[in-house]
Amino acid sequence: MRDLALRALDTARSRGAGYADVRVVHHQSESVTVRLQNVEALANDETIGFGVRVLVDGYWGFASSHRMTMEEADRIAAEAVRIARASTTVPGQKADIGPASAIVDSYTTPVEKDPFAVPLDEKIALLLGATEAMARASGIVMAEANCYCQREEKLFVSTEGSEIDQSLVETGCGIEATAVDEGEVQRRSFPNSVGRHQGTEGWEFVERWDLRSNAQRVGEEAAELLRAKPCPSGATTVILDGSQVALQIHESCGHAIELDRVLGTEAAFAGTSFLTTDKLGGFAYGSPSVNITADATIPGGLGTFGYDDEGIPAHSTPIVREGQFIGYLTSRETASALGQTSNGAMRATGWNRIPLIRMTNVSLDPGEWTLDNMIADTKDGIYMETNRSWSIDDRRLNFQFGTEVGREIKNGKLGALIKNATYTGITPQFWGSCDAIGNRDHWIVWGTPNCGKGQPEQVAHTGHGAAPARFRDVQVGIMQ
Amino acid sequence: MTGEEELKKLTDRALAISQADQTEVVVIAPQSALTRFANSYIHQNVEQQDIDMRVRAVVGKKIGVASSNDLSDEGLRNVVGRALTLAQHQKENPDFQSLPAPKPIQHVDSFVERTARTGPEERAAMVGQICSAATSAGLNAAGAFRTSATEIAVANSLGVFAYHRDTMADVNTVIMSEQGSGHAERISLDVGDIDGAEVAKEAVDTALRNVDQIELEPGEYDVVFQEYAVADLLDFFAYLSFGAQAYQEKRSFMAGRIGERVMGENISIWDDGLAADTSPNPFDFEGVPRKRVDFIEKGVARDVVWDTYTAGKEGDRESTGHALPASSTFGPVPSNMFLATGDATLDEMVASTKRGVWVSRFWYTRPVHPLNVVVTGMTRDGTFLIEDGKITKPIRNLRFTQSYLEAMNRVEAIGKTTMLHHAIAGVCRVPALKIGKWNFTGVSQY
Repeated sequence: MRDLALRALDTARSRGAGYADVRVVHHQSESVTVRLQNVEALANDETIGFGVRVLVDGYWGFASSHRMTMEEADRIAAEAVRIARASTTVPGQKADIGPASAIVDSYTTPVEKDPFAVPLDEKIALLLGATEAMARASGIVMAEANCYCQREEKLFVSTEGSEIDQSLVETGCGIEATAVDEGEVQRRSFPNSVGRHQGTEGWEFVERWDLRSNAQRVGEEAAELLRAKPCPSGATTVILDGSQVALQIHESCGHAIELDRVLGTEAAFAGTSFLTTDKLGGFAYGSPSVNITADATIPGGLGTFGYDDEGIPAHSTPIVREGQFIGYLTSRETASALGQTSNGAMRATGWNRIPLIRMTNVSLDPGEWTLDNMIADTKDGIYMETNRSWSIDDRRLNFQFGTEVGREIKNGKLGALIKNATYTGITPQFWGSCDAIGNRDHWIVWGTPNCGKGQPEQVAHTGHGAAPARFRDVQVGIMQ
Repeated sequence: MTGEEELKKLTDRALAISQADQTEVVVIAPQSALTRFANSYIHQNVEQQDIDMRVRAVVGKKIGVASSNDLSDEGLRNVVGRALTLAQHQKENPDFQSLPAPKPIQHVDSFVERTARTGPEERAAMVGQICSAATSAGLNAAGAFRTSATEIAVANSLGVFAYHRDTMADVNTVIMSEQGSGHAERISLDVGDIDGAEVAKEAVDTALRNVDQIELEPGEYDVVFQEYAVADLLDFFAYLSFGAQAYQEKRSFMAGRIGERVMGENISIWDDGLAADTSPNPFDFEGVPRKRVDFIEKGVARDVVWDTYTAGKEGDRESTGHALPASSTFGPVPSNMFLATGDATLDEMVASTKRGVWVSRFWYTRPVHPLNVVVTGMTRDGTFLIEDGKITKPIRNLRFTQSYLEAMNRVEAIGKTTMLHHAIAGVCRVPALKIGKWNFTGVSQY
């Protein structure tokens, strides 16, 4: 693996690359999905290959292959240089990647229980037990449970002298019950929606989330939602649970602070950002209660690693302090454009993709409130839990999100169940209305394993630490 | 390209190694390259080559799936062995009947040599054409130009062997000023069909008109949708409504309503993987030949797409050839959808509109309520007010929250021409539409 990578580097250099890096990635995953009492998917996937990224006269080229031979290393390195030369024919801003970085190191995800070593029988039994418990409730037409683990061994080498080995492990799990009645479909998930919750941990992650003990409640809540009252329309106070706050951070802050978007390089697909560079250090992103940090070093976070895919060490970067916008997620090239150095946010989803700026663990720092006190302090509003739908414009301003469950809040107490709960807003106004944030006891790093960006599209895994939070004067109940 | 003969040898080797009761081998070998531009220059430029083998091993009614891109002798033994080991640890799935038996597969030609041979220099030339057009107009171009060639082979131990290769070229661009943007895209099997100048002109024209936007009060408006926006409607029907799994679990509005009128009489929607004017694709990931499936015929619900597993649960159904690769639990999905044309032009749709909204395309559309296909999303890259039969003013992007199903009961005019678009699992071919009373629920700040 190392010899192939170094050979590709040499070839790229000899063909004219001013800078080159090579990533060799071996990715393995195992997934189990149970639907009702059938194990409908049991899969073990593996892929290996390498990618060569080069700069020629300030323009990028990238080529990749699954063939792990020295001849292919030469061919792909030469092809990457050829592609970079083609890039020079439509010129613009030459890439400046800033000061050289030469690091020789290794990093391994701390894991208590290797998830690949857990017997399949044990995994299947856990999931079957969960679906059986969910399906007990009347009206449940589908109960689904899954667990997933992946291991990624990757080597990064560069012409600047970096040589970094990483072994990254992720483990995740989730359950979901779907209830159907005349003219209505309702779903309830745990620990999170979007299939599963996930972290850079071993099987201990699945054990901690205890799917089986929560399964019956999840099934019953899905069935109960069929008979719940619809979400009222109007402006009210909203308290979001931690997982929905995580989604809110992801969509309205995480993407908006990606400096490549800000500088226009995602304009045709993912879009740009309202957080333009003139706002850095002088824009009220949220209320003074709001502090947001991007931290790739949080133990267990889904956006946690040792080094990014440009060989930059994991960073913790303040993004919002007391409501003021002060930081971006950066790469070497984009940071250089602002006179900064990279804070290590460049990640690729595999050997055949280039690194892009991706969220690490972009988190809302914990506040002082308990959830009970937050509800008790709210005269009238809605408590919303677990994301169901999400949509936001291409500058990350106008959003509309829905949750699986809502509950009325009347005079400081939770009341009737609400179905099809939705809320909408404009990002800075919404965060500006935040007046209460849950404390460290409620704070969880939620894993988002489905973050899409780039062309060709890459689906990245990101983390978001969050506790429940309260927002005032929010428009709710947008539903035909 | 690896070629049919070599892929047949490869799948035969894997099948010969397997000791499962039944075995399926799917090989997908993509070669693709993409040149990406922003701020009117090339900033990313990538190429990949891969080959992935997916093995489904069946022991009784127990199934395991493994995949690998290491196709050495050792790699083949490893991937086949992993699939068998998983199957042996599995629990019986009583709903599984069998892998499919072989059926005749019609050969269709979806491969264009010059698309497969397109190099970075040719891609850069078209990108340069688009960037120059933007720069000449005082605008800024972003986008991507991709060319790909893909081979797929499906074989199983019951005698199925199917091979297909195709090409695809697609270009998309967003061209921007400080105040607004315009968009255009084209896809084709043949890179020669894509006219960079025409793509650039469409996006530049829209961008130049999309300045000084006014804010329109949200509410119900008649709408004229360009084909880009219409493709999104079909995507959500494919995703939420027209697959057998959602139908069987009663999550689809089609459940229990076959034979009923569910859309306007002017609406017909179908799937046809063999049609010449799509990206023809003669079989699915189980090697089952694709059949034409009529979803909606003159407003009446007719059928959904099936794979072997969902059809087997019914007893009296057959797969329509719409399976996804093994280990997917999503169920079958339409691959080549069509929306029937009408007799209107876009100009006529605008001329017949007293007060309405022109939508170029949608962005970030997501389901709010799956059964009624209620979707929310934003307009993007050119939204205009129509007054007294004319496009009068650009407007700020609008958010909508709308049942696509109800909207298909209010289609007032259908375009006489169509465009090919990427879709959730393949492509779709759609005309423009004029629809009454579309529900806009919010407005953005640009």
